[in-house]
Amino acid sequence: MPDGLTLNKITAQRGISIGEAARRVADLGWTPSYVQEANTFPTDYKIKKVPRDPMKQVLRSYFPMQEEKDNRVYGALDAALRGDMFRNVEPRWIEWMKLFLAIIPFPEISAARSMAMVGRLAPGEELRTGFTMQMVDEFRHSTIQMNLKKWYMENYIDPAGFDITEAAFGKCYATTIGRQFAEGFLTGDAITAANVYLTVVAETAFTNTLFVAMPSEAARNGDYALPTVFLSVQSDESRHIGNGHSMLMSILQDPDNHKLLERDLKYAFWQNHAIVDAAIGTFIEYGTTNRDKKKESYAELWHRWIYEDYYRTYMLPLEKYGIKIHHDDVAHAWDRIVKSNYVHKTAQFFAVGWPVNFWRIEAQTEKDFEWFEHKYPGWYAEFGNFWKWYDKLSHKGSKPILFAEEVGYVYPYRCWSCMVPALIREEFCVGEVDGKLYTYCSEECRWTHTTAFAAEYEGRPTPAMGRFSGRREWETCYDGWNLADCIQDLGFVRSDGKTLIPQPHLRFDDREMWTLDDVRPYTLGSPLEALRKMTPEAREKAIADYRAGFTINAIN
Amino acid sequence: MSATQETVDSVKSGAAGAAKFVDWDSRKFNYFEPKGRKASHYEDVTVDVQPDPKRYLLQDWIISFADGTPTYAENWTQALASDWHRYRSVDQEWEKTHYQRQSTIVGMLQNVINNGRRSGAPTRFDPAWVKILQDHLGAYKHAEFGLGTATMQAQRYGFTQMVNNAILTNSSYKLRFAQDLTLYLSEIGLDIEKFDIDAGKRHWLDDPVWQGTREAVEAIMGATDYLEQYFAVNIVFEPLVGELFRSGFIMRVAAAQNDFITPAVVSAAEGDYERNLANAVELMHMLATDEKHGAHNQKLFGTWLSHHGALANKAAANLQPIWSLPRVKVAQYTDAVAQAHNRLRAIGSEVGIDVRGVIGS
Ligand SMILES: [Fe+2]
Ligand SMILES: [Fe+2]
Ligand SMILES: [Zn+2]
Repeated sequence: MPDGLTLNKITAQRGISIGEAARRVADLGWTPSYVQEANTFPTDYKIKKVPRDPMKQVLRSYFPMQEEKDNRVYGALDAALRGDMFRNVEPRWIEWMKLFLAIIPFPEISAARSMAMVGRLAPGEELRTGFTMQMVDEFRHSTIQMNLKKWYMENYIDPAGFDITEAAFGKCYATTIGRQFAEGFLTGDAITAANVYLTVVAETAFTNTLFVAMPSEAARNGDYALPTVFLSVQSDESRHIGNGHSMLMSILQDPDNHKLLERDLKYAFWQNHAIVDAAIGTFIEYGTTNRDKKKESYAELWHRWIYEDYYRTYMLPLEKYGIKIHHDDVAHAWDRIVKSNYVHKTAQFFAVGWPVNFWRIEAQTEKDFEWFEHKYPGWYAEFGNFWKWYDKLSHKGSKPILFAEEVGYVYPYRCWSCMVPALIREEFCVGEVDGKLYTYCSEECRWTHTTAFAAEYEGRPTPAMGRFSGRREWETCYDGWNLADCIQDLGFVRSDGKTLIPQPHLRFDDREMWTLDDVRPYTLGSPLEALRKMTPEAREKAIADYRAGFTINAIN
Repeated sequence: MSATQETVDSVKSGAAGAAKFVDWDSRKFNYFEPKGRKASHYEDVTVDVQPDPKRYLLQDWIISFADGTPTYAENWTQALASDWHRYRSVDQEWEKTHYQRQSTIVGMLQNVINNGRRSGAPTRFDPAWVKILQDHLGAYKHAEFGLGTATMQAQRYGFTQMVNNAILTNSSYKLRFAQDLTLYLSEIGLDIEKFDIDAGKRHWLDDPVWQGTREAVEAIMGATDYLEQYFAVNIVFEPLVGELFRSGFIMRVAAAQNDFITPAVVSAAEGDYERNLANAVELMHMLATDEKHGAHNQKLFGTWLSHHGALANKAAANLQPIWSLPRVKVAQYTDAVAQAHNRLRAIGSEVGIDVRGVIGS
């Protein structure tokens, strides 16, 4: 063939450019004149119908591109089985996937639903097209993750916990955190929820930790399936981030929106920190058996992705539009991770609560201690004894660590805003809304409940803003319950009617596995209800004591 | 003790069956009742992902709208169900099947269009037909888009994952088809001299022939009951207007105008509709025969049917002049309408509702 002559050139015919195609597709919309679209999901923001410049794509190229991605995912799952992946996988890691994958499909589909809310508000049809594709993407994410979970259930040594996954999601004290995350995407002010909380903060700032850091750690634990699925999921995020940014830019243009935007950026950033860092930090640091000192810790990843990439290059530039950025909160979140051991305290809390989990948590051991101390100096002094106790009390017939007074752990109050307990004791605080007492993990979370989720903000009515509702403190649901009855009510019992689904170890042997009888003598209580019942003096003292913290006793 | 220790330490594998203990073989999601003997893949990846306080949502919804409405509320439709969770979509769509199908369709269309254009087919279309495509298929694409955005809105409100995902894929199909038509017309417009790509929208907005259709579509877009939207799209508008135009006109007439490409493009939408219709009928049938609420739902569907049916009838009547535009006349408007009415009767009997009020008996 002569130089420069290819089959492509011979057969090529005049086509329309992608820009032209996107413009034509955008022209499908019109302003109704017979019947107006109802404003069913209201917002307090004013949205100027100024078209921005969103990503250009049409469904004709979108569907084949996505199918191609899918082919790679399903091909890789097949290959993983052929390669006997599960023979070498680390159970410590897969156990945490019972929690992670119980949570994540609901936030994903919630993101799809929330596209309905921003779809109608979109300034310009090109952006609405972007939201359409995001809707289908999120449907993809939700069901592809359910598929992965099913696959683990079918192939992993202990399927218990995977087999009850969506039921567990609705009931567990840990998944409540994920439900707060998801409901935040689709309830209340449409822009607050679907634009700021979901896209501008969760997707733009935090999906790297979810969908990039998690896969790396999975691979270090012999799990090649999760990376395949989640990197494929993450490859859709840049479009979503683009959608969110376009919307944000159109909101920014109206100075009337600035106060609301400052409120929402503050709320969304803080709550994403509280929720995502707690959960993903724990999976990555405690779900792994890899203790390579050269790999980045969660704190190091956070600094790179959240501090450098998000705070410095995405948030700070918003200042030039006159938006006040909550620098203090970013610094505070960072301090909580590196100085206050937020992630480690979360892992400790999950471990203490093991009998009401639906996955296994094994003890951290000497091999792990060294890495933690290297990455988080001072770790051993604060957590070393705890994990030794945990190991000791992991044997069937021991007292559950939660009830073993000799350990010295004090069960935490639940934060009414982020649903993570008040683990950094000195930051614990209380507040009142409509004459009722509530507990919080931090000042920021108190502000979220008392000031942000309210009928007015800084003197301005905010009729579209959502409210916190439901039985938000999980512990209230089982206040005064016997622990065995509670576990039975949760459905976290295996099919023999007595062996627990959760176990404080990875010993896959009936003789080692705890049953309802082993946990029967203990009673659960709600810290919040107890605090509410106290006299003001007793309460003040209880708060002061709690803030003073606790010490884990030495173990011999 | 040492015996235990040995057994325990010998489990070096994380693979299924590496050790036997309680539930080592519990390898099915066990929290929902499958529709058939065993759960389908679709059910496994769909059921209960959207939680419900009546099932497993222990703490109830934890955020509400300002008026106290929770994240999902049953009263977002006037229809009532004893158990919304019983519904399963007929097409069993989840992401893998959805992308495969959508991708196959766009691939097929691009082949047909590219090959047709390469052979110069659009230049041989009958000139009167070209103008029909330009003005009227060009107008109709906006109707499809309107139904796509209405269902995009509706998929936020359903009370289960199964309901919402069926509506979501419906939206995805409609929006794809609206874009298919848009890009198809733009591409043949490159080959046909003086093809006015903007004419379709002008006809959609101003041509009296299309105003009934636009009103019917806007009424669906503007409905605040999500199930009314889903009902109006699939049970009413599609048979009486959508299919009438697609099957009863384009598909029947095109070949005689020397056009074999357009029917291929439009046939994709007919295939989409078969699936969306099956899904919608299944849901409406479940509601119409609900032990407790069947009578209430039938009455409600009757209201929706007469409201949207009247608009659809008007739309169809307005479209009549289009049938006399082609130079080679091979289809009668009255035949097409009769077929549409037959279709609606069949749908009505499957759902279990009386459609005589809209189309006579
Ligand atoms: Fe997603
Ligand atoms: Fe996303
Ligand atoms: Zn908090």
